[in-house]
Amino acid sequence: MNKETSPAPRRYQPLIQLVLARLREFYREPEAIFWVYGFPILMTVALGIAFSSRPITQVNLVIEAGPDAEALQKKLTDHEDPQFVCRIMESTAARNTLRTGKTELVVIPPSPGSKELTYLFDPTRPESMMARFAVNEVLQGDLQRIPVREERLKERGARYIDFLVPGLLGMSLMGGGLWGVGFVTVDMRIRMLLKRFLATPMKKRDFLLGLMISRLLFMVPEVLLMLAFAWLAFGVENRGNIFALAFIILLGAFTFSGIGLLVASRAKTIETVSGLMNLVMLPMWLLSGIFFSSERFPEVAQPFIKVLPLTPLIDALRSTMLEGTPLLELWPQLLTLAVYGIVSFVVALRIFRWN
Amino acid sequence: MNHAILCQELFKTYPGKPPVEAVRGLNLAVQVGECFGLLGPNGAGKTTTIEIIEGLLEPTSGQVEVLGRSWKSEEEEIRQRIGISLQETRLSDKLTVGETLTLFRSFYRQGLEPKEAIARVSLEEKTNARVGKLSGGQKQRLAVACALVGDPELLFLDEPTTGLDPQARRQLWDIIRNFRDLGRTVLLTTHYMDEAERLCDRVAIVDHGKVIALGSPRELIRGLGGEHIIEFAIQDGNGVGPPMPEEFANLPAVLAARAEEDRVCLSVSEPHLAIPALLQRTRELNRDLASLTTRHASLEDVFVNLTGRHLRDGEPGKP
Repeated sequence: MNKETSPAPRRYQPLIQLVLARLREFYREPEAIFWVYGFPILMTVALGIAFSSRPITQVNLVIEAGPDAEALQKKLTDHEDPQFVCRIMESTAARNTLRTGKTELVVIPPSPGSKELTYLFDPTRPESMMARFAVNEVLQGDLQRIPVREERLKERGARYIDFLVPGLLGMSLMGGGLWGVGFVTVDMRIRMLLKRFLATPMKKRDFLLGLMISRLLFMVPEVLLMLAFAWLAFGVENRGNIFALAFIILLGAFTFSGIGLLVASRAKTIETVSGLMNLVMLPMWLLSGIFFSSERFPEVAQPFIKVLPLTPLIDALRSTMLEGTPLLELWPQLLTLAVYGIVSFVVALRIFRWN
Repeated sequence: MNHAILCQELFKTYPGKPPVEAVRGLNLAVQVGECFGLLGPNGAGKTTTIEIIEGLLEPTSGQVEVLGRSWKSEEEEIRQRIGISLQETRLSDKLTVGETLTLFRSFYRQGLEPKEAIARVSLEEKTNARVGKLSGGQKQRLAVACALVGDPELLFLDEPTTGLDPQARRQLWDIIRNFRDLGRTVLLTTHYMDEAERLCDRVAIVDHGKVIALGSPRELIRGLGGEHIIEFAIQDGNGVGPPMPEEFANLPAVLAARAEEDRVCLSVSEPHLAIPALLQRTRELNRDLASLTTRHASLEDVFVNLTGRHLRDGEPGKP
């Protein structure tokens, strides 16, 4: 087929070969595929179902506390079809309930200051729009011709699932990056494969880049599957630019595979690296706003939360997916991520233990 | 003088309590085109030495030159020209033999086609087999193929046949000989004396981090004085008695006598003179022979002669 010796180096690009080797090792390991691709989807399903299944024949709303609140509540609860479930809450609580998707509409009764009836709702949510019209029909039948004011929800996270999906996406980029790179690296170290590579003219930079690039490639189907699933099953959409979203995801995957490399750069056993990874991930699991907004933590904790790399990633993902924020406006988050990624990679390259 | 490897006053101390002095002033000169063996018991410092020469370990002090270059200034050039097989590397089980070799080939500027490297170690039928499905001997041959795929001038093999069955060992020896026959250089470590005797042009016997003997296996054995060894045990009416080597040391053609457990080992130049005298002396002592064997002297005998210990166990021999 070929001649016996070959000086043709073009056919043997070390970076490509290293990436290919990682890809082959990955897709030939069925269990790994389940944990990488199946698990985030299972999680989305479980949480999505838990938070999004509400009967459609019933309208949930909150009436903001005020002089006419109880009168309005009685009007609505007396009505049969559709059925209204309404609670009376203080202004802040009412908005929070709407924001986290636990209600569809907030009604602010006319007050001495303003004679208007205000509807607070999210125009992107069909059920929210429907609730606004259904309620208006019932109320305007009785309270003659009150001027109506609409206040459209600008806060992010209209439905909980919309809020949750970018969080889960960020979490899976973090977990995948750390485990995908960290575990494999330590495994190769234990098998003396790193030392064996060191004994060749292989460039150390190629090897580490190969690990990161292969991780980025594994991530593509993972992310596509998750987003497609969230879209098909729950109608979660991306309101931002698709390329902007792709860019943020790539940057996130790069950053966390860099951090994975750093975490694994010295560890000699699987136990050590697992411990280290949990140590690194735990604060971000808790604080970076995967399941609820990180802004709910006390003010004093905010500076710390803001510097965790998962916080800007989830922030950027949410702003893009939920509000369509242009990429350029997200520069502080993106810069933080890029710095984390590059610094981790450079430090890992320096301190990496090859044997 | 054309040296493939030159080591001068190599020292390596591992920090610890107490510090471990693995290599203590080792000198070595390996010629281009020879198959050179570092022979010694486990823990003698062979692996530390070979890894320093391979540029994988930093010596505490001393000079190393490989193919006329130093690791500090020309690492890349050396790496392109040498091939290494480590004592224990577990290559990726999920890759095939061909993929593994293509990967290793990609690290070198020039080298063999993966196909050719596979042919050199006779693994053609396994080209598309996963590494995880190979036998121990096949894995070891693949490891050697990975070292050969950069078409090296100098090949390092650390304990290449440890744990292999006799047939697999012989296959590897053939691969190594073929490489040497191309005019290339091999440095290998082993604790098998037969391997060193059959494979190596020259051997350095290493003990406690130093070279204690150097030469071709034949020279080293000849250095014992007698190329034959007579081993026997004597008994009286009560069974096998103490060996009493001193009683046999002055027999004709006997150059050295030592006890070996309950046997006596004699280094002998001419067995046909020594054996009748030995039988005569046994009778004079009122003893019978319990066993008697003769064999050619081996590197093992050289090692025992030098250290009083055996290669394989590394424990002090009995007086």
